[in-house]
Amino acid sequence: MNRRIPEDVLIEALSTGDLVPESPPRAAVLPRPDKAPQAEAEASPHPISRDDSEGALLEVAVGPHHPSTHGVFRMDVVLDGERVVRLKPVFGYLHRNHEKLGEGGTYLAAMPYTDRLDYFCSLTNNWAYALAVERLAGLEVPERAEYIRVITAELTRVLNHACLIGFLLQELGAMGTPIMYAFREREKILELVEALTGSRMMCNYMRFGGCRCDLPNGWIEACRDVVDALPRFLDEFENLLSTNEILMARTQGIGVLSSELAVQAGVTGPMLRASGVNYDLRRVDRYGIYDRFEFGVPLGAHGDVYDRYMIRMLEMRESVRILQQALRAVPAGPIINPKARLRGFKPPVGEVYGRIEAPKGELGFYLISDGSANPYRYRIRPPSFINLTILEDMCRGATLQDTVVILGAVDIVMGEVDR
Amino acid sequence: MDEGLRSELSRQGVFATTIQDLYNWGCRNSLWPLNFGLACCAIEMIAASMARFDIARFGAEVFRPSPRQADLMIVAGTVTKKMAPQVVRLYNQMPEPKYVIAMGACAISGGPFKRGYNVLKGIDRYVPVDVHIPGCPPRPEALLHALITLQEKIASRKLTGPSRARAFQEEAPGEFPVPEYGPYDLVPAKNTDLWRPKPITRNE
Amino acid sequence: METLEQIKCRIEAAIPGVGLDIQCNRVVPGQASLVVPPARALEVARFLRDDSRLALDYCSNVSGVDWLDRVVEEHVRVTRLVDGQERVFEECRERRVPGHLEAVYHLYSMRLKHGPVILRQRTVNRVDQARLASLTPVWRSAEFQEREAYDLFGIVFEGHPDLRRILMWDEFRDSPMRKDYVEPDDYEYEPTPHDDLREKARRHYPIEADA
Ligand code: SF4
Repeated sequence: MNRRIPEDVLIEALSTGDLVPESPPRAAVLPRPDKAPQAEAEASPHPISRDDSEGALLEVAVGPHHPSTHGVFRMDVVLDGERVVRLKPVFGYLHRNHEKLGEGGTYLAAMPYTDRLDYFCSLTNNWAYALAVERLAGLEVPERAEYIRVITAELTRVLNHACLIGFLLQELGAMGTPIMYAFREREKILELVEALTGSRMMCNYMRFGGCRCDLPNGWIEACRDVVDALPRFLDEFENLLSTNEILMARTQGIGVLSSELAVQAGVTGPMLRASGVNYDLRRVDRYGIYDRFEFGVPLGAHGDVYDRYMIRMLEMRESVRILQQALRAVPAGPIINPKARLRGFKPPVGEVYGRIEAPKGELGFYLISDGSANPYRYRIRPPSFINLTILEDMCRGATLQDTVVILGAVDIVMGEVDR
Repeated sequence: MDEGLRSELSRQGVFATTIQDLYNWGCRNSLWPLNFGLACCAIEMIAASMARFDIARFGAEVFRPSPRQADLMIVAGTVTKKMAPQVVRLYNQMPEPKYVIAMGACAISGGPFKRGYNVLKGIDRYVPVDVHIPGCPPRPEALLHALITLQEKIASRKLTGPSRARAFQEEAPGEFPVPEYGPYDLVPAKNTDLWRPKPITRNE
Repeated sequence: METLEQIKCRIEAAIPGVGLDIQCNRVVPGQASLVVPPARALEVARFLRDDSRLALDYCSNVSGVDWLDRVVEEHVRVTRLVDGQERVFEECRERRVPGHLEAVYHLYSMRLKHGPVILRQRTVNRVDQARLASLTPVWRSAEFQEREAYDLFGIVFEGHPDLRRILMWDEFRDSPMRKDYVEPDDYEYEPTPHDDLREKARRHYPIEADA
């Protein structure tokens, strides 16, 4: 079995990159002699079953109730001293049967469930699902709705990345402070979201062919105020964290993921780009109206936890750029395609796979329609679930406390992992 | 003690109270919740502990990772059948007196997911719940309200006598059987000693 | 990117006797799919990944689908001897189409930034021959998703390195995402039950009019 990918992949991907982040000075990282994930991957088809360590091994179940596992995630870790020898993620503690429920109801009835997938980013989840159904039914989306979608999606991205960094730092032991900063910003964004959709978290805002309701009076201005204040927050956040010695020592050179393995394992989103692969669906698929905005795609050079942190910082800045451009240009007009039918909606027989760049990676919906009002098959491609495929490869040889950091930087939300 | 005398004394700087009131006062103002998030509701629980809502104002900001140090379990989120045994086990490991807040529609009844095959239709099938908060998710304010409700409940509890609180009754169970994974469902599917819904009759 | 027909021709040239089919998709252009026999699926997958013009290095989505047994009506012409004469009759017959399980793979190329190419593998039936070839050796991203299809649909992926239940507990004995799955009877009060739920509600909460 050949798990290598020709070298030109990497080079080409890198050379088309828009923006390679300038890394601040790196703390000295000693290479670990016992860590060679690539070589191991070559040697055995599936490293999980490999067991060649000597001495007494200790099996520890971390989770499902554990303060560092982002909800009800569980890892069965085999330790040799403090080093991880084997790590098996155990899922399903939040398996809420989303797909079955989606097949049991109408197309629109599944929309509120998508909110609860990745509950930080309900607006992007809505968009992914709406996009898939719109493709299936051949619905156009009016200009104004497209702008609203971009604005809400980018707000969501900022919110998600800020909270993720807060949680990551919490896992590093910085209890409280960074996450308080992040949640302070989150509250500001949630106020906007609530004014628009009526709910803080479960927005249920997109409809097939547009959005549910129009922007309230003064929303654009309020949003502009929040967005204009964001760079200051980002500066503050970065001053606080980016060159922090502890952060650098604990994250640089940890959990290194090569670009070959990342592509092979279907890793998407900021994690993939931290490994230097230039693949952002906003650029590749140009869904919605993303081709109208100028923004960069930050790429990492080392693929370690620090790069994943940095990519998210930079992506927030790019989101702010998109937001500023979009807020300037929101046109007047309808917010929903007049041809869209909310009741009695029956798309033609066929199937569709629609995907968007959610903050955590590629969020896709695969729908099979048999011509009835319910989808015959309703499948979600959850980015954080698939990003966990290589968790073991990243953690093998690391210490247990680094495992927590590596997991934190994957950015998982169990609602989406287990669905 | 006579109310008039007590207020008269307190005006003169002498505080008279009963052991029960003192004990309850201490208990209710230092609830230590279990750091235990299940799903979306947990995010609002975290938000409640952050700057804007600041659960510390009510003395409940010390989120404990270990059930042995906690006396309040906030079941924040969907309890799946796969997770239910662990939730019950965590409850069993908490020391008395212990309280449970079921936060959100899911913890109360399965909420939006109640038709799912792997969703437990309400945590009250396995552990006793003191306060239910409806909402999906309940706002942080609602969690604060639930906390205050619980504090009132604690303030009015009796330590002695036949109507004393459950935690002080020797014969009352403090631990509940942990369900096991069966081939199709949890075994048992509910704790019938605990969960006895009133028969509902309905006109159609 | 090449069209699916071209891809099919090239696969057939590279892997003789493979026996591919195209399932068309009228509503979404560019999302027709290639039906691959499970016995040759691994070869096809390797070809798609390693071919320099396709370079489908990224398997995005793996999904199980359950197709139940169906009854289709067919009009057939039969000749019968009536009064010593041969006459042609139109007859309506019901034919049972056995159901099958399906695994659908959505492939993209991260290098060339194109896609999707959709692969489908089909099992012989839904009961004892629900076996397909695992494509995890080619795309590691299929690992968890194939486990999920095994768990929820009961598709056995041969050659999968670690085929266990992933979402349900290990002792569980059913495939809940199949269309004919019957869920355990743990009903929770429903204020406005309708359709199939109504029957359940009747059983659990007597309705005054009934009682
Ligand atoms: S009640 Fe709503 S918000 Fe809370 S866990 Fe359930 S679905 Fe999530």
